Amino acid sequence: MVLKMSDYKTPVFADWCPGCGNFGIYTAIKMALAELQLDPHRVVIVSGIGCSGKTPHFTFANGVHTLHGRTLPFAIGIKLANPELEVIAAGGDGDGLGIGAGHFVNTGRRNIDMTYIVHDNAVYGLTKGQASPTLKLGLQTKSLPKPNINEAVNPIALALASGYTFIARAYAYDVRHTENILVQAIKHKGLAFVNIQQPCPTYNDINTKDWYDGKDRIDSTTGKPKPRIYKLEETDWDPIVKSPDEELDKTVAALRKSREWGDKIPIGVFYKNELVPTYEERISKRIPFYIEKPPSKQEISDESGAPTVTIEEWFKKLKV
Amino acid sequence: MHAKKEFNWMIGGPQGSGVDTAANIFGRACGYGGYHLYGKREYHSNIKGLHSYFHFRISEKEIAANVNDVNLLAAFDAETVVRHIREVIPGGGVILEKEDLNTRIQDIPTLPPEFIAEFKKYLESKGIGNTVRDLVGEAKKENIRVYPVAFLDLLKDLADELGIEKLSKVTRMKNVLALAISFSLLDYDASLVEKAINAVFIESPRIAEMNVLACKKAYKYAKQTFGDSFSHKLKKLDVQGERIFLLGHQAVALGKVLGGCRIQTYYPITPAADESEYLEANEIFELKNGNGAIVVTQTEDEIAAVNMASGAALAGARASTSTSGPGFSLMVEGLSWAGNNEVPIVITYYQRGAPSTGLPTRHGQDDLRFAIHAGHGEFPRIVLASGDVKECFFDAAKAFNYAERYQMPVIHLIDKAMANSTQSYSVFDVGQVKIDRGKIVSSSRIFESGEYERFKFTDSGVSPRAFLGTEGAVMWYTGDEHNELGHISEEPLNRNMMMEKRMNKLEIAHKEIPIDERLNFFGLKEAENVIVSWGSPKGAIIEAMEMLEDEGYELAFLQVRMPHPLPKERIAEILGKGKRRISIEMNYSGQLASIISEKTGIFMDFHILKYNGRPMTTTEVYEALRKILRGDSPKRQVLNYGS
Repeated sequence: MVLKMSDYKTPVFADWCPGCGNFGIYTAIKMALAELQLDPHRVVIVSGIGCSGKTPHFTFANGVHTLHGRTLPFAIGIKLANPELEVIAAGGDGDGLGIGAGHFVNTGRRNIDMTYIVHDNAVYGLTKGQASPTLKLGLQTKSLPKPNINEAVNPIALALASGYTFIARAYAYDVRHTENILVQAIKHKGLAFVNIQQPCPTYNDINTKDWYDGKDRIDSTTGKPKPRIYKLEETDWDPIVKSPDEELDKTVAALRKSREWGDKIPIGVFYKNELVPTYEERISKRIPFYIEKPPSKQEISDESGAPTVTIEEWFKKLKV
Repeated sequence: MHAKKEFNWMIGGPQGSGVDTAANIFGRACGYGGYHLYGKREYHSNIKGLHSYFHFRISEKEIAANVNDVNLLAAFDAETVVRHIREVIPGGGVILEKEDLNTRIQDIPTLPPEFIAEFKKYLESKGIGNTVRDLVGEAKKENIRVYPVAFLDLLKDLADELGIEKLSKVTRMKNVLALAISFSLLDYDASLVEKAINAVFIESPRIAEMNVLACKKAYKYAKQTFGDSFSHKLKKLDVQGERIFLLGHQAVALGKVLGGCRIQTYYPITPAADESEYLEANEIFELKNGNGAIVVTQTEDEIAAVNMASGAALAGARASTSTSGPGFSLMVEGLSWAGNNEVPIVITYYQRGAPSTGLPTRHGQDDLRFAIHAGHGEFPRIVLASGDVKECFFDAAKAFNYAERYQMPVIHLIDKAMANSTQSYSVFDVGQVKIDRGKIVSSSRIFESGEYERFKFTDSGVSPRAFLGTEGAVMWYTGDEHNELGHISEEPLNRNMMMEKRMNKLEIAHKEIPIDERLNFFGLKEAENVIVSWGSPKGAIIEAMEMLEDEGYELAFLQVRMPHPLPKERIAEILGKGKRRISIEMNYSGQLASIISEKTGIFMDFHILKYNGRPMTTTEVYEALRKILRGDSPKRQVLNYGS
């Protein structure tokens, strides 16, 4: 049976504000799942708290809607227990880069074979528009009493510094491109990070769809807006680390690229390195049968309920 | 005071000087000789230099507590002599470094000012000077033998014999010298000591060889220098059957593996981390058919640890995390999520002196109420409290059955006294351990019933559980209130039904779990004096009771192993018969006593409490109980033994 995009939809009403960037991301996720023909029971979508946290409920695949900022630890636990599962973590910018920043960094160190999507709209939507860690210094979105006095964190640069091996940016209103990036991210061997720029039509009145489209910058010759977004793959950008000696240069280049913002905002793959061993491979080096008998697949008791472990062997080490 | 044959050995010195290794060798050597032992480790929150000691009590029978008495003290440094010489009882002995005799107490840099101030009062009361020699002189008056040893000379000889030029390469062996001198004074079979040395250094034969040589040398030295002057002797016992010798944290680790735990997450914290490291060191183990493994993951914090364990549990692995107070504080939001989502995780909670960082390496039972109440909102959980190293093992295995059968978090309370105590036992009978995973659904069952509902309403409140990844089952979890499918729901009727479903599981657990898994009863059935306690005071209480029974007192002891849900009916029945109800706990407020009052309306007549960071000894529990039984005790006694 061929799975269609509509097979990944639940009857639950998607209660995001009209025009919310989450719709684009949600559609792209369903398209990517259909493109990859992933069985809903084999997929787990793990989310945090915030508007984006509701994504799993609208998606017909296993869904785990967790705590604020804790998306990644839950996702890792699931993946470690059963590495056969396709784990996709999706959380907000406040979730991943504010309250969960410690997990963001430390998950990078592990290079687990899963995907992490950050819905980046620069505000805390569900609590009515406070500044998120990605809101630029000095900006005053509409519900802020005063302009933001914190510097913004650079998610792409932070992912590079933390060890993510696939780092990309997408734009929620370019659904086809987002889908394409997500497919690449899911297929990537290792930990993939996709930061998705997402207008919040209700609370972010600065980084709006019109702003991304460049409607404030009309080309004097054509009379048309000059879009801020451009695609890396349409330039001569090459993000792939093909040998270990390329790693440093590609990292530095991606870091430099990650600082482009304002008039020119690159989307696409910034960095990809499959030469780094995954966490699963690292565990397998110590536990050779890990993939074949992961924690969730080990027989822990026989038919009588007796434990399978011969603890007597272990007791021998403690004998006096 | 003790009629039974036993001996107490204490070894102390600066941290990093090999006290633990010496204690490990000592324990094994005694074990090989057929003795049972209980060893307590005390240490500072420090890596090198501050005082640490190990108190070993050896006996012909199984024991689970220390006493106040020391028969032989082996001191690496002046501080050990100053801190512990008054614990040595008449007829006992002290082995010390000869050069330390001239040390002035106020010149020992690691002694804190509040200790020195207190100690001065003692010196003044005795009218003696302020050197180690003065203290030793005072001890001699009490018929304590003093054995000054020129450790440096011994080490130099040893270096010469081994052809080692640098003295610093052999100074570490001071611990084996002190240990061997102790055994030589006791006239103990040297071959057993050598066997123990070889066992402890099994990974490094060269070190083992050097230490065996040191042992031989020390034996000879002690015989020549001190002859047969020590009155205690230790003879090899003729015993049958195999013994194991293990620490509380090892018992928990073994119990977890036996109980099917296959993922352990942790963030480093004292005294819980030892367990995870031990598991990691033994991550692959033998099964009846092939090999099994536990994945141990060190996380970035305890928040990640608890939530990662929850994730693993959702995917079908038996998963746990281990921590102590500060870490558990961070886990609380995750605990609430696990409660709401009916996740079977096990949290092993090693209590230590609190609040805040408190006494990070010392003992306490401050967190019973915290374990029972932690987390926002009302959700079911089971709280277990082990009373000794053996219970740590069986409870650690059983915790997973409770967690999966009732689909709720289980908090297993241990404490520092158990975590770091060594105890010997006959090999555990593991035949009694069974694995019960509760209601699990496989794919075929799901297709029969149509759409899978993870939170389906049932009579018991327990919904058949499918793991993430089960063929044909798609499920949702959320920290929000949810409907049977696991989708967010704020509907009032559904809310009531879900609250009742979850909370009902606790009622079911209360009804179903056999009373003998929740309460231990010791002593006389109709005794008028009833003691109630939980956790590590168990060993000291049982021994103190035996001593008091010999004196003609009638006592019963109710040890609560499952403080939540509390077996309140049975507790009320037993306490109702008592005339004097005595609570014994290692905290300030008598937490279990107050919980019992809350649930049964019965109030304790006497409280024996201790919160100085050192475990209760048999001696002090005996004395406190005797005061109560003789009718000359205040309602509340606070114990303070220990250094």
